[in-house]
Amino acid sequence: MAYDKFNILKSSAVPMPIENVDTDQIIPARFLKATERKGFGDNLFRDWRYNADDTPKKDFVLNNPIYSGKILVAGKNFGSGSSREHAAWAIYDYGFRCVVSSFFADIFKGNSLNIGILPVTVSAEFLDKIFKAIEADPKTELEVNLPAQTITILATGEKESFDINGYKKNNLMNGYDDIDFLQSLKDDIQKVAASSIY
Amino acid sequence: MPSTLFDKVWDSHVVRHIADGPDVFFIDRHFIHEVTSPVAFLGLEQRGLKVMFPERTFATADHNTPTINQHLPVQDPLSANQLKALEQNAAKYGISHWGLGNPKNGIVHVVGPENGITLPGMTIVCGDSHTSTHGAFGCIAFGIGTSEVEMVLSSQCIMQPKPKKMRINVNGKLGKGILPKDVVLYIISKLTAAGATGYFVEYAGEVFENMSMEGRMTVCNMSIEMGARGGMIAPDETTFAYIKGKDKAPKGEAWDKALAYWKTLKTDADAKFDVEYNFEAKDIEPMITYGTNPGMGTGITQHIPVTTETGNSKASYEKSLNYMGFHEDDVLLGKKVDYVFIGSCTNGRIEDFRAFASIVKGRKKADNVTAWIVPGSHIVEQQIKDEGILDILTEAGFELRQPGCSACLAMNDDKIPAGKYAVSTSNRNFEGRQGPGARTMLASPLVAAAAAVTGVVTDPRELIA
Ligand code: SF4
Repeated sequence: MAYDKFNILKSSAVPMPIENVDTDQIIPARFLKATERKGFGDNLFRDWRYNADDTPKKDFVLNNPIYSGKILVAGKNFGSGSSREHAAWAIYDYGFRCVVSSFFADIFKGNSLNIGILPVTVSAEFLDKIFKAIEADPKTELEVNLPAQTITILATGEKESFDINGYKKNNLMNGYDDIDFLQSLKDDIQKVAASSIY
Repeated sequence: MPSTLFDKVWDSHVVRHIADGPDVFFIDRHFIHEVTSPVAFLGLEQRGLKVMFPERTFATADHNTPTINQHLPVQDPLSANQLKALEQNAAKYGISHWGLGNPKNGIVHVVGPENGITLPGMTIVCGDSHTSTHGAFGCIAFGIGTSEVEMVLSSQCIMQPKPKKMRINVNGKLGKGILPKDVVLYIISKLTAAGATGYFVEYAGEVFENMSMEGRMTVCNMSIEMGARGGMIAPDETTFAYIKGKDKAPKGEAWDKALAYWKTLKTDADAKFDVEYNFEAKDIEPMITYGTNPGMGTGITQHIPVTTETGNSKASYEKSLNYMGFHEDDVLLGKKVDYVFIGSCTNGRIEDFRAFASIVKGRKKADNVTAWIVPGSHIVEQQIKDEGILDILTEAGFELRQPGCSACLAMNDDKIPAGKYAVSTSNRNFEGRQGPGARTMLASPLVAAAAAVTGVVTDPRELIA
């Protein structure tokens, strides 16, 4: 599925200073029954966001109108657990384009990159600075610069660089995906298949 | 240069290495189920692509299936729709499909091995993170997202950076009543839920050498719970004996050829790992989790650690204990249990039910406990009947359900109610994993059985003759 190209993103951010946010929290299994990729944003963080009677939980950050933006900032080990890509779909569908944390679970990170969300890994110290900046001013903006691989707290000018492999970076900046690329390698793939004992 | 088992399997499956990027990685076997595949098939259709090697993909319905009355139409229209989509997609693209009611049906990570689809040295993926189970056969096996399911369908490859290598050695002999589940919960409690992120694990040492294939599957299954991409164990005589005669296993000359290859699948003596851990079997007791990630586990006779011992932030740790209704320094022994779940791809194999029955035999189910006993597959269900385990269960007041993922992820009706305590042999104790508000304590089949007959958290060693 096509996604928006990623270049430089300037936005306020939603803070979620919780550690080990697993994919069952991002989207509980009972919302995985669709056969199309539609509407997952409505159930993002469902059980943290809504009471059992579907009324919003007032103290949850997504229900607090002070916070908004295309960047989600989360505590360490974000996205652990299930491989459900639905978690990344829900985040994208809700309107986030970038998740910042000091540590990501592997599968979540890969899924995000595959669907056009940029996971930005920062140091624990820098993450703390971002949380403090948002606490001081909920409208404070971050700049995520993919070409330069930097993230900046615009109010203070504090900046950190982040890693991403060149191949994925190029994909994100151009809206490419792996499926097309793999189609171009079919001859090589046939050779490996033929040489396998299985 | 000496190389590891992991290197041998990985390197032989690289189609192309991309500079400053991932490897194009060839997949021998691909499992699909009803939940994470429909959108991938939709993608294929939109792009006008075909399935490149339909014979390398196997479909089974498990995540979203009822565990009672499977002969009746599925009640939930959304679940029924997913099951139908899987059936139709499999038929359209010529993929083998073991749907509801098929005698081969069951949880994907149970049916692959028990039918000889999973063989040593394979690369195996599935849109389910516990695909790591198949590592028990010396496979590189891991979970993927739906975009990657579409990649495998259309090109039999995914794009993967090669993980780093970790070896975990457990030496010595396990004590009475200590099961493979305890071994892996112990390891995860030591490494934490993120301790192996970025790594692929090889399990080695006496404990794994002496372990059955069922036990090895339990261990490899949980690798993802410490963040690892997967875990593997070198194939040996135990592996070969398990595979021999399985439905889709090689036969005759093909067997001899395969066996010769399988015997090369081990880590060379001087091969290097990026990191290595050593544990002693004698330090492991029956384990149980007290928090909301699988790293929050402890020996059943121990106290819940205080925050400062755990390396968690105070806020996150407190949130977790609050959810569970526990406190720092509490003892879990004697806590009331409302539900017991035995099943899942972690502990839904015949050995697990044998262990469960060993404690239940001659005792009665506790009145305050609701027990869900769910075989991993129809083949396991049949074994339970053939071995007389069903009689023991019935005698003790338990009922056997039909195979499926069930309360492992509570996508069907098998949900633990809010606030209730469940001792569960599955793999995740996340908030709401077994139903909104459900409180999960992960443990072995013996600990589950001890809770089921006493109604409280009990050290199973006290019930073993
Ligand atoms: S039993 Fe649980 S972990 Fe295993 S395949 Fe099913 S849902 Fe996934």
